[in-house]
Amino acid sequence: MLAAVHRLPGAPLLSSILGRLGFSQRAIVVAVPYLWLIAFFAVPFVIVLKISFAESIIARPPFTPLFGEHGIDLRTKSYSYLFHDALYLRAYIHSGKVALISTLLCLLLGYPMAYGMARARSTLRTALLMLVILPFWTSFLIRVYAWIGILKNNGVINNILIWLGIIHEPIGMMNTDFAVYIGIVYNYLPFMILPLYANLEKMDVSLLEAAFDLGCRPLKAFFVITVPLSLPGIIAGCMLVFIPAVGEYVIPELLGGPNSLMIGRVLVNEFFENHDWPVASAVAIAVLLLLVVPLMIFQHYQNKQAGSAA
Amino acid sequence: MEIQKSPLLQTENKFQPWVRPTEKPYIRIEGITKKFGDFVAVRNVSLNIYRGELFALLGGSGCGKTTLLRMLAGFEKPTEGRIFIDDVNMAEIPPYERPTNMMFQSYALFPHMTVEDNVAFGLKQDKVPPKQIRERVAEMLSLVKMTPLAKRKPHQLSGGQRQRVALARSLAKLPKLLLLDEPLGALDKKLREATQFEIMNIQDRLGITFIVVTHDQEEAMTLATRIGVMDQGQIVQTGTPAEIYEFPHNKFVADFIGSANMFEGRIVEDEPDHVTIAAPDMAKKIYIDHGISSAPGAQVWTAIRPEKIRLTKLPGNGSPPEYNYAEGVVKGVAYMGNLSIYLVKLDSGKEIRVTMTNETRAAESPIQWEDRVAVTWRSNSAVPLLS
Repeated sequence: MLAAVHRLPGAPLLSSILGRLGFSQRAIVVAVPYLWLIAFFAVPFVIVLKISFAESIIARPPFTPLFGEHGIDLRTKSYSYLFHDALYLRAYIHSGKVALISTLLCLLLGYPMAYGMARARSTLRTALLMLVILPFWTSFLIRVYAWIGILKNNGVINNILIWLGIIHEPIGMMNTDFAVYIGIVYNYLPFMILPLYANLEKMDVSLLEAAFDLGCRPLKAFFVITVPLSLPGIIAGCMLVFIPAVGEYVIPELLGGPNSLMIGRVLVNEFFENHDWPVASAVAIAVLLLLVVPLMIFQHYQNKQAGSAA
Repeated sequence: MEIQKSPLLQTENKFQPWVRPTEKPYIRIEGITKKFGDFVAVRNVSLNIYRGELFALLGGSGCGKTTLLRMLAGFEKPTEGRIFIDDVNMAEIPPYERPTNMMFQSYALFPHMTVEDNVAFGLKQDKVPPKQIRERVAEMLSLVKMTPLAKRKPHQLSGGQRQRVALARSLAKLPKLLLLDEPLGALDKKLREATQFEIMNIQDRLGITFIVVTHDQEEAMTLATRIGVMDQGQIVQTGTPAEIYEFPHNKFVADFIGSANMFEGRIVEDEPDHVTIAAPDMAKKIYIDHGISSAPGAQVWTAIRPEKIRLTKLPGNGSPPEYNYAEGVVKGVAYMGNLSIYLVKLDSGKEIRVTMTNETRAAESPIQWEDRVAVTWRSNSAVPLLS
């Protein structure tokens, strides 16, 4: 890593200046990701947090200033508003439900795929891995639009089914929760497969042989040996799918109906249609808290386990 | 050609079921061949193993010994041949229904289970009542002296402790046949020696038939009742450790087990009670005190172990013996404490290894570098090799 820093033009000079100022090279290397996080995560977060404690006014910017004429002006109206209007609660619950079901579907689909890849011949493995990653090479938006072409009333599926004579009227799949699930599962499946594959590929196959040898049938061995050992991969995959799925905006907007009220759409509505920046910010902060707090508890618990294991 | 058995090998009332023709073998391996694509890992191996034996499959890496073991466990299907355990054909029986248990080279302990749960795993699969499982697990853990660590996870154990848990786990179901794949490979020398004796004790107490795969000839010698030496997928010789060491059938076995000096020669006489061989590297003919029933004039190799050779400093008193004699110059001496290793260059140019115990406490060995020495051995020391 140090070597990489040195290869940058002007880096030796910079590091010698910083070195004379009392920064070690190690500190410089560590500082890079911290600076990135501060500039692009912490600062915007603080701005949003600040706005969420304001009130909407017709002005530019459209909210009350935090540092007003009479000192700090903290207003919690937008947060209490979240509890007054059932719309927000419904949106949160619906988002959670959609994300949870999508995550489970991804797990059910992704586990066998990752397992198959991990047990495939090593020459085949690279090809399979490529196939999983390949869709990322086209734009996310194009892939979602492509699903419209597949699902709509005169789309690929309906046309084929009518042509085969299985149905006579097109099935209404667009603008339903079904379409949202398809979109989310399709787009997030690689995020489930990749950590699972990384985990399953490392697994020592002799553990399964040992289980067979001790009288355990293959199906049972899968559940008592393979699944528990792949738990870190399962958790990582579920996190990678669940967290972005909760805040998903594009997929429900394009594929979902007016009923698929997900928190991402509510947020966009508040910002761009109601111009109520403080409420929009409060919605965003609330999502963050709902997601980050359980995540931190989980992380804390995992660190403790890792600590006792070492 | 056939070697006549030495009286040493027919002692009665020892555990030697294989010498009794009425004894039925417990494990019968009949003409087993295993091919992986074009590669023949195991080639037409037939072997009988008796109840209560501790049989060692010995060979270098890639000789097929592990493949043979895996076929016994059921992880590999033989391309040809059959395996019977206690008269049951194993051909269609999957690993989870075989009366065998295996101790893996990597130990393959389940990392997410405690020591106790690892040992109990096999018993749970058989739906043994919980009370019995607890008793058996406790018994097995005390057998391998792991009772105090029963609640630990495998990653909290040292290599030697893991090895003992693996042994306890494979023993817990009291299998008809226990297969051990390089059981002591990962242990250091001291620990290995201690565990060797532990395994022998356990085997003695439980009376289970063991098959051990190893590349370590010392391990095979100390553990086994009999050894099968494997080379390139075939068993080249089967016998007790003493038979294998003292009467190797061929150059591979002589060289693989211990070390041996090899002399090429031609048979001069072959009588029932002795054979003489003319070897160009020796000053006098080689004399061996038993016949090998072969054609005179046939090419033959003679092996002689380093510890069976005597060196005497020249010029000595008296005339040289009529047989088993050569002269040479010492080209190297290695002092090992209990013994010294001498490298002697014979007059023919051939180098041989000789070890002699250091009988007296001398600061310097009586035989030194560049000393001219006589090389001799007794008529019952060398062994003719059949191939």
